[in-house]
Amino acid sequence: MKTLLIGESREGRLLNATYELFGASEKLKSEPILFLAGTEAGLPSYAGTLYLADAKKYGEYNPDLHKNMILQVVEKENPDYVVFLHSSYGRDLAPRIAASLRIGQVSEVVDIVDGTFELTCCNARMHRSVRVSTPRAVVTIQPGAFSPIRPGGTPLIQAMQTDALSSIEFAGYEPAGPEQIDLGKAGIIISAGRGIGTKENTALIWNLARILGGEVGASRPVVDAGWIEHSRQIGSTGQTVSPELYIACGISGAIQHLAGIKNSGYIVAINKDRDAPIGEIADALVVADVTQFLPALTERVTKP
Amino acid sequence: MKLLVCIKQIPDMESQFKPDESGSWFEESGLVYRMNEYDDYAVEQAVLLKEQLGGEPDLTVLSIGPDRVVEIIKKALAIGCDRGVHIHDPAVAHKDPWQIASLIANFAKEQHYDLIFTGMQSQDRGSAQVGVMAAEQLGYASATTLVGFTYHEGLITGLCELEGGLKGIVKLRTPALVTCQSGLNTPRYPALPNILKAKKKEIRTIPASDLSRAAALTATTRIFKPEKKGSGIILEGDTSTLADRVINLIRENTTLLR
Ligand SMILES: Cc1cc2nc3c(=O)[nH]c(=O)nc-3n(C[C@H](O)[C@H](O)[C@H](O)COP(=O)(O)OP(=O)(O)OC[C@H]3O[C@@H](n4cnc5c(N)ncnc54)[C@H](O)[C@@H]3O)c2cc1C
Repeated sequence: MKTLLIGESREGRLLNATYELFGASEKLKSEPILFLAGTEAGLPSYAGTLYLADAKKYGEYNPDLHKNMILQVVEKENPDYVVFLHSSYGRDLAPRIAASLRIGQVSEVVDIVDGTFELTCCNARMHRSVRVSTPRAVVTIQPGAFSPIRPGGTPLIQAMQTDALSSIEFAGYEPAGPEQIDLGKAGIIISAGRGIGTKENTALIWNLARILGGEVGASRPVVDAGWIEHSRQIGSTGQTVSPELYIACGISGAIQHLAGIKNSGYIVAINKDRDAPIGEIADALVVADVTQFLPALTERVTKP
Repeated sequence: MKLLVCIKQIPDMESQFKPDESGSWFEESGLVYRMNEYDDYAVEQAVLLKEQLGGEPDLTVLSIGPDRVVEIIKKALAIGCDRGVHIHDPAVAHKDPWQIASLIANFAKEQHYDLIFTGMQSQDRGSAQVGVMAAEQLGYASATTLVGFTYHEGLITGLCELEGGLKGIVKLRTPALVTCQSGLNTPRYPALPNILKAKKKEIRTIPASDLSRAAALTATTRIFKPEKKGSGIILEGDTSTLADRVINLIRENTTLLR
């Protein structure tokens, strides 16, 4: 069996998560080959064939051109699986490849057992086993789910070319806003999730943070609702943090949020739902209503 | 100009899920259903575009599923869509993304929409495939996970959300399909007069089998509650005792509060 792995680079650098693709390839008991839109300055440590699309010419993101070049590799190598990361890049490109080849796609795979794919659904409350009915398959893997493997060595480069036309123009990256708050070095973070209920209730979070000398963080719905500023969002599309103490208040524990907090020292979660997926990562899950528990905790910290 | 927005009805994510008789989907009875969160943003963006163009575009909202999905079609009509299409399919939960995309594409093909909006994924299955696959079947340009959208004379400028706060700027021309991420706009609530007005708007029902008989490319063989792997402790009880216990745990496990 053969897997075509689709690596990723961002602003000229290879993304480390590329090595997780090799982990998935091993689970598929397959020989990997790699496609990467990148530059010679950011090559993976891997000794096999690397189909390299020059990112300076074809962009780090250009679905039409990258699709065209990946399809050329598929034609030549006839892989059994085309494996992407379930990242913004992979989510965008994978269905285009699956549709062009008319083969099945499985998304955000967390495990592979005897060729059957395990996926999460309903915010990780349930899992699904999925089989692909076509002889070949497109797979996207959940970042962090497969142990990275660094094969080592220097790749044998095959430079890719295409003169396909693109229906989409990539006009560059938008610089981050000026009001960036860096939570990366905070020792204590108290985070508000949708379970906090209202903008007014976020005062409970700010209060506890002030008394503990910590920072305030938030899950995505809280910043989308404008309850807390955008630059405090934690997770895969926000900041990655590693405090000594992380207190998650009314946060369900979606994988995209967990991605930002998994390096925390001690995690306390407050949730009224005993089965909330945050329980999988929390060191202590307090089953309570945040609006009642937070004032009690704040009071105990002030008057021990 | 013709616009289409595709929406899905999903159960509340805080429900207690359990496998149904087939073993390959969850038991639907007793669940509370609502519009997929990402589709709220898609509907809002479509209505905003219609408003930007002085109300000229004709905006259709489409949903696939059993009878109950009419509820979210009505909600979208109350928010500002002009007409509804219900692709009636009681077995939609057992269709794969390719089949669902085929239903949308086959319906849209004859209608020649200039622009199609979808959510970036559904909250229950989260495959993030349907929108892009429908665009590919239609031969439309597509951009995904938009957190910014502007439209000017057939040119769409989108902000695609990447990781870690980074965004990519993309430009594409109609006909096109875009998938919407949360935060793209601020979805409005339907106003009471509009809810009443929406009752007069047309909802056309089309049996799924009239549109597509595409075969599935993947199949769910089993749905199950994952094993709990977490090693953390669970604390229950009255709030003040809980507060004391949490403070003790923080003292024992960190260098704080000493
Ligand atoms: C591509 C992509 C990127 C994303 N990036 C991020 C990201 O960077 N960061 C992020 O956070 N999310 C991100 N998300 C969204 C993520 O999938 C979840 O939707 C989000 O994290 C949920 O936030 P939440 O836990 O606050 O809300 P919910 O999932 O709605 O959970 C609310 C929780 O509060 C509990 N609760 C309710 N009321 C109370 C109460 N009174 N007391 C105690 N508990 C209560 C509930 O039991 C529930 O567990 C992303 C999603 C996608 C698709």
